[in-house]
Amino acid sequence: MVRSNEWVRTGIASLAICVAGGALLWRGTDGFRALTSEAARRRAIAESPRAVPVVELEDQDGLPFTLADYRGQPVVVDFIYTGCGAVCPLLSDGFRRLDRAEQAVPRSDDRRRLQLVSVTFDSLDTPARLREYASHYQADGRSWRFARVRNARDLAPLLRSFGIIVISDGRGGFQHNSAVHVLDRQGRLARLLDVGATPNEVARAAAGTGQ
Amino acid sequence: MSRAWVAALLFVALVTPVAREALERVMVAHMLVQIPLLAIAGALGATALPSLLKSRVARWNRSGLSGTLLALIASTWWMVPRSLDWALASPLMESAKFVTLPLLVGAPLALSWSSLGTMGRGFVIANVLPMWAVVGWAYIAAPVRVCNYYLVDQQVITGVALIAVSVALGAATALPSFAGRPRSG
Repeated sequence: MVRSNEWVRTGIASLAICVAGGALLWRGTDGFRALTSEAARRRAIAESPRAVPVVELEDQDGLPFTLADYRGQPVVVDFIYTGCGAVCPLLSDGFRRLDRAEQAVPRSDDRRRLQLVSVTFDSLDTPARLREYASHYQADGRSWRFARVRNARDLAPLLRSFGIIVISDGRGGFQHNSAVHVLDRQGRLARLLDVGATPNEVARAAAGTGQ
Repeated sequence: MSRAWVAALLFVALVTPVAREALERVMVAHMLVQIPLLAIAGALGATALPSLLKSRVARWNRSGLSGTLLALIASTWWMVPRSLDWALASPLMESAKFVTLPLLVGAPLALSWSSLGTMGRGFVIANVLPMWAVVGWAYIAAPVRVCNYYLVDQQVITGVALIAVSVALGAATALPSFAGRPRSG
């Protein structure tokens, strides 16, 4: 009698553990679809676009601007540093393809043109270095701009709002998560695409994030 | 020194900022030193519980079934790369790690292991070790960084270490059955 009683209790406990544990695992991994924090970041942003702080940037020519200046226009942003030998060249190659493809499209309204902004998180990247980097990628510096924050203290909040985590690689460089960040027409961070996203994918994401 | 004291000292040592900083800076130490040591602290603490309490718990843990399930599910949580990042980014998640690993992994496993029986133990080992090896292989083969707070080369080291631990524990479990005389009968 006692024995079977204990089995019943064990059964109840096991069931409760499976239900509660399964539910927590499900919640904690967005239904087993986000096993990494990067996947979770993408899902969270796609589900609810988030505002990004209006931070003063300066481009490769030292001209001041903010991402809010692009409101109403499709714009993609990435985070790079010019000394990067790992993922940034891939990001920048992808941005060059996007920029070229965009220039090849005739548009009656320039406000509908895709704009690209590459923001550096390395304090060593001066406008001069950004200019050199831009010319390496044959960017005109207008439809595709390279920027750094004007005030160093703005960098951390900017990176945090985008969900970019930069860690030192111990050799003077950095490792960082990377994506093509699509802003919607209200200037909110609305979608993340893979490095090397095609012009079609970007166009679809930018359209999907419309009004 | 009693097991309870060892468990308490081990736990307190792991909580200190120095140990946290040192063990969490490197992925392999985070996953294969800090996390197992937290579980071990819980296991040591559980074995030191008064026997009355142990027998009360055992009524809900026939043949170690529910305790083992709890340990398996809770440890799975901490195998997910997102959890490691989460613990580093959020103090709440970091605290959850220090509570759940001793209480929901180490302690229930220690209270269940001897009553699991040979078959049950074999089943757990035969499932858990290959899972670690597969996770290790995934860390080595992953085309992307799985943790935003760790360098990609640390991920590879962790993968190799996971496979090594899995093989070593597997060998340590299996070899005695092939080598030497049976202990009895």
